[in-house]
Amino acid sequence: MKGTRFWAWLTFGIGAAYFFIPLIATIEFSLRMRRGAYSFDAYRVVFGDERFQATFGYSVLVAAFTIVLGVLIVVPTAYWIRLRLPHIRPVVEFITLLPLIIPAIVIVFGYIRMYGSSSPLPFLATTRGTDLLLAIGYATLALPYMYRAVDTGLRTIDVRTLTEAAQILGAGWATIITRVILPNVLIAVLSGAFLTFAIVIGEFTMASLLNRPAFGPYLQNIGANRAYEPAALAIIAFFITWGCMAVIQILSRYAPKSASRPN
Amino acid sequence: MGETFLTIDNVTKSFGATTVVRNVDIAIDKGEFVSFLGPSGCGKTTTLRMVAGFEGPTTGRILIDGKDVTNLKPNQRSIGMVFQSYALFPNMTVAQNIAFGLKVAGASTDAITARVEEMLGIIKLPEHGGRYPFQLSGGQQQRVALARALAVKPSVLLLDEPLSALDAKIRISLRAEIRAIQRELGITTIYVTHDQEEALSMSDRIVVMNEGRVEQIGTPLDIYNKPSSRFVASFVGTLTVLPAKIVNASKGTLSLDGQSIHAGKKFTGAPGKTVSVALRPEAIAIGKGGANANRLDAKVASVNFLGSIVRVKVRTGAQDISLDMFNQSTTAPPKVGEKVTVNFNPDDLVVLDGPAEG
Ligand SMILES: Nc1ncnc2c1ncn2[C@@H]1O[C@H](COP(=O)(O)OP(=O)(O)O)[C@@H](O)[C@H]1O
Ligand SMILES: [Mg+2]
Repeated sequence: MKGTRFWAWLTFGIGAAYFFIPLIATIEFSLRMRRGAYSFDAYRVVFGDERFQATFGYSVLVAAFTIVLGVLIVVPTAYWIRLRLPHIRPVVEFITLLPLIIPAIVIVFGYIRMYGSSSPLPFLATTRGTDLLLAIGYATLALPYMYRAVDTGLRTIDVRTLTEAAQILGAGWATIITRVILPNVLIAVLSGAFLTFAIVIGEFTMASLLNRPAFGPYLQNIGANRAYEPAALAIIAFFITWGCMAVIQILSRYAPKSASRPN
Repeated sequence: MGETFLTIDNVTKSFGATTVVRNVDIAIDKGEFVSFLGPSGCGKTTTLRMVAGFEGPTTGRILIDGKDVTNLKPNQRSIGMVFQSYALFPNMTVAQNIAFGLKVAGASTDAITARVEEMLGIIKLPEHGGRYPFQLSGGQQQRVALARALAVKPSVLLLDEPLSALDAKIRISLRAEIRAIQRELGITTIYVTHDQEEALSMSDRIVVMNEGRVEQIGTPLDIYNKPSSRFVASFVGTLTVLPAKIVNASKGTLSLDGQSIHAGKKFTGAPGKTVSVALRPEAIAIGKGGANANRLDAKVASVNFLGSIVRVKVRTGAQDISLDMFNQSTTAPPKVGEKVTVNFNPDDLVVLDGPAEG
């Protein structure tokens, strides 16, 4: 008993060290911009940088569009599959995993070939079109996470009976999805949304190859040219991601309670 | 008999190659409470779902108030439905659940508030409007589900085993409550159950179903006392079904394990043919009985004390017969192994077609 506990703690300690030492080292380094004393100078420089504000703002906006797009695609799809096509669920699950298997760079080159200015769908002919294509690409990248989050949420409610209960009370599909299904999987949808946000904020390949002023390429650019600022940026990005995770955790406490989840 | 309001017109339903509902033909009067009673898997739910519009009949029609609704969607039929699993919307309060149908129908806020209040009163939960479903007991949730179904004033109410997830005590009190509300509102109701006691105690008429077919339609008394088939006889009540040989059909005499008995009603069949006869435990008594009674010599095989009644099994030759006697302090129940004479009225002997099974 005692021995097991010792090994458990040791394993935990090694894991924690593996995780925290680089983090602490990076934080420490990011605070050393001023010679001889710790300071937040690097952070001040980063936050004061116009390009930081512009690229971060751009990425937040694209993330928002990506989330809306993802929700609009995934919620009705996952719902319909649970309701009417449960037998094809394994197929759909496999499809949603593809973005994890196919590198983003392959997707982007595909996009560039498919949607060039001379193609029937010339997304890349205009800046707005390219922005839209970027959001679509991100929605694809986030698909594995979004789909799983929503599907898990749907598992906690009796989709079929709730749908029928709403139908017999006179509700149509739009009412059923917006008033009955979505509110009951809202927390799951939000988890998916924050995961999407975390992915979009740090993404480099797509934004860079589509040549959009996103936060990822900016991070890379600063990293290649400066000393202390990249460390500060890394810490900032890290906290944004972890902030998202924390929000998901907090939200899951407020998940709507149901007979199947009484506490 | 009032006017027919809901007609299930020769409906058959197949899923692929398997037919689960066969030629079901039922006419239900306005305001009538009809139960579908039968074992699990006999097609009760499927029939109900066709009335609701969740399934389409393979052949046949459904008519409500003279109008053919066979091809209408569930949300166009003006039907209220209560599910076994309550199916309350977990994200909405009790009041919001009850208001849902009214809101969808576009009722005004004032009208909705008034109706919700009224429904909360009818189900006797006036203080619970602000609670969420998970804060209610199962029985309360099912009452809310009933209120939600009735709030929109549907023309037909369907209930699919609404009490089977509840404890015995609540089940019995809710039976009475559902029936009282149904009477008060005068709503035409179909109640699906596999519990014969529930069907017998609540219904105006019972439809006994077996393997997708209607076996018998009748009042609870008819179903219980005059089962028209062996299936009905054995499914409703704790009936003893025995094989007997016909001695003389026109005189109503039979031979049960070599002992002669006679039936109150005439039947048909050649002498020597084996038929099934059925006897209810409460129709048999220990003792010689009246002048006209059937008597059988038997031996007590077991005695079960069930509270207010004592169930005794007696054996005549190879057959076990159950009989019920009231638990009275003045008459002690017989002892196992004791030789007794049992008697029953010829009118209580139900002659069924076909030989007894097992
Ligand atoms: N959607 C369906 N597809 C195939 N078979 C079904 C379907 N729904 C019901 N059944 C079958 O029909 C039969 C009757 O089911 P059901 O109406 O639910 O019976 P009950 O409610 O009397 O228990 C069962 O054998 C069941 O397996
Ligand atoms: Mg059923």
